[in-house]
Amino acid sequence: MRETISVLVENSFGVLARVVDLFSTRGFNIDSLNVAETLDPSVSRMTIVVRGDEAILEQVRKQLSKVIDTIKVVRFAEGDHVEREMALVKVSSSKRGRAEVLEVAHACHADIVDVGDAFITLSAAGTPDQVRTFIELVRPFGVVEMARSGPVAVSRGKRG
Amino acid sequence: MKQRTGAKVIIESLEREKVEVMFGIPGGAVIDIFDELNRSSIRFYLTRHEQGAVHAADGYARATGKVGVCIATSGPGATNLVTGLATAHMDSIPVVALTGQVPSGMIGNDAFQEAYTLGITRSVSKHNYLVKNVDDLPRIMKEAFHIASTGRPGPVVIDIPKDIQQARTSAPHPKEVAMRGYRPTQQGHLRQIKQAAEAIGRSERPVIYAGGGVIASGSHKELYNLATKAQIPVTTTLMGLGAFPETHPLALKMLGMHGTVYANYAMVEADLIIAVGARFDDRVTGKISEFARRARVVHIDIDPTSIGKSVRADIPVVGDAKYVLRELVKILEPPQTDAWLKKIAGWKRDYALSYADDEALRPQYVVEQVHKLTKGKAIISTEVGQNQMWAAQFYTYTEPRTFLSSGGLGTMGYGLPAAIGAQAGLPDKTVVDIAGDGSIQMNIQELATACMNNLPVKVMILNNRFLGMVRQWQELFYDKNYSFTCLQQRSDCPPDCKQNFEECPKENIPDFVKLAEAYGAVGIRVTKKKEVAPAIRKALKTDKPVLIDFVVEREENVYPMVPAGASLNEMMGGMA
Repeated sequence: MRETISVLVENSFGVLARVVDLFSTRGFNIDSLNVAETLDPSVSRMTIVVRGDEAILEQVRKQLSKVIDTIKVVRFAEGDHVEREMALVKVSSSKRGRAEVLEVAHACHADIVDVGDAFITLSAAGTPDQVRTFIELVRPFGVVEMARSGPVAVSRGKRG
Repeated sequence: MKQRTGAKVIIESLEREKVEVMFGIPGGAVIDIFDELNRSSIRFYLTRHEQGAVHAADGYARATGKVGVCIATSGPGATNLVTGLATAHMDSIPVVALTGQVPSGMIGNDAFQEAYTLGITRSVSKHNYLVKNVDDLPRIMKEAFHIASTGRPGPVVIDIPKDIQQARTSAPHPKEVAMRGYRPTQQGHLRQIKQAAEAIGRSERPVIYAGGGVIASGSHKELYNLATKAQIPVTTTLMGLGAFPETHPLALKMLGMHGTVYANYAMVEADLIIAVGARFDDRVTGKISEFARRARVVHIDIDPTSIGKSVRADIPVVGDAKYVLRELVKILEPPQTDAWLKKIAGWKRDYALSYADDEALRPQYVVEQVHKLTKGKAIISTEVGQNQMWAAQFYTYTEPRTFLSSGGLGTMGYGLPAAIGAQAGLPDKTVVDIAGDGSIQMNIQELATACMNNLPVKVMILNNRFLGMVRQWQELFYDKNYSFTCLQQRSDCPPDCKQNFEECPKENIPDFVKLAEAYGAVGIRVTKKKEVAPAIRKALKTDKPVLIDFVVEREENVYPMVPAGASLNEMMGGMA
């Protein structure tokens, strides 16, 4: 099972290390982890994607809550939240083959952010599935380098 | 508030937290704190190793229920605390450890006596701090004591760079802690408690399985009320010894790997297990897939991560055991347990703990005599291994905070410094360390601390000249291949001595009696059964540290025993 967990933590020294350490100490697997400041500069939001059976996921949530610097742990289930991810993909492309790459980029609503003689860098954002599909589509052209943000998520509706 | 140094703030904070005693060793990175320390009201005990300091703080905390405090310098001072922090962490003991750190500007430069204390201690502490600004120091000190002693207790490390100790601040001491992320649940959910009460009311074969959490929360009276009102038998973990009086007819003593046969049988046959402040450790459950297959599980614990971690809980109750048990007793309809208690009484009669009570000097006899001659009023600390298990089995515990032992981590060398800590906190009590000849050597230097400070602890070495528990496993599961477990093995011994003990060197190394005397303690050697009681009597009458070297049977085993990975009803020994 895959689960997206949003963790609000104190934005202070060593908190990221503490959370990451927890995962390795307990043998949990992280798919992705994203951290950034919230509107309140004293609070950071971590968006963590983990995999495991229900017992493991329950332990992950409990262990995250137990960290002294954790303010709140929110578990997202299917349908109650929106999730977005971004990828920067550098595709090898000579001038001749470029049209095809641009066609894929257009279809996936990807932006062209850098262009050179033998490459083109595209930026795509969307649900993790959309980003994955985009990467699969440009892959045959030859991906030189790629960076993914990992998903960030917020709940649907008014509640925070 | 008027300006003062960080070092002064630390001492002020300790005094405000009513810290009476402290253990540690000075060094370059804590010299400013020590400069204030000997002008304070705090009684300081200079240990001979930082590991001794942290175990002493831990032993003090277990025996008194207060927060234990220790201090060490940066680098090796801090790394020497690690084993003791891990010990306290595994057993949920409130300890605050202060460590010096190199000056802020030098951090990360591989400075002299620099170690990354924050990183090293992260996984062996409940929480830790690096103080980056002297203005934060009053708040951090306050938070550290709060975190260490509330919720599921544990050790907290405060790493303080030398320049922070010297810097001046006018920051006041906060009256209260305000931590948005730390609010441990105190009260259990009433609906869950009601469900637990209903399950108990419907049960036919209930067992209470009580752990260290009962002692930590001070809920032994509430536990007693629950057990006696509902007529439910009680077994305790190693950490829970003393949480329920073992003299009571409902007591099953300890369960698990070296638990009583009747406690383990009761767990296997129970239809309801009420776990209170216990975490289903592998030494308790045996083979997890076979554990409690017939039973529903009520699990009361203040730490949600303990619930459902290794054993499913049918009725989880998160909260302070004191509150939960009190509410439970109020609403409970006692079940009908007569037939169950009768069955258990049969097991207790048939499978009482026993050993060969012959002419030989056996370790179990020594422990029984310690109990008899102290009238069960002593505080017992233990080392780890066979000595620990015999101390658990053959001394009868009736009060909480009278058994101090490294249960989770299994730290050899814990017992002597823990006894010193307990004695420092409770000067009027008799404190006895039941030790093995292997374990005692891991912190024997603390005999100096005991002697120099007139802490009259009694060390009872059950000397079998082996790392006995490992030897027992080698005997039972490794075809008697005693590979490096003989502590008297010398370079001129034959490679395979076939355990022909007649040919062993006559003099043991070390000579514990001479060693005790070298430190200024009284040393007594006992080689015959009839000398045991007189020696213990003499030790109890002597108002200074005494070490008795009981030269016991070499190959005595701890029974009963559930082999590692076997289920609880597959016990060896104790079945005669």
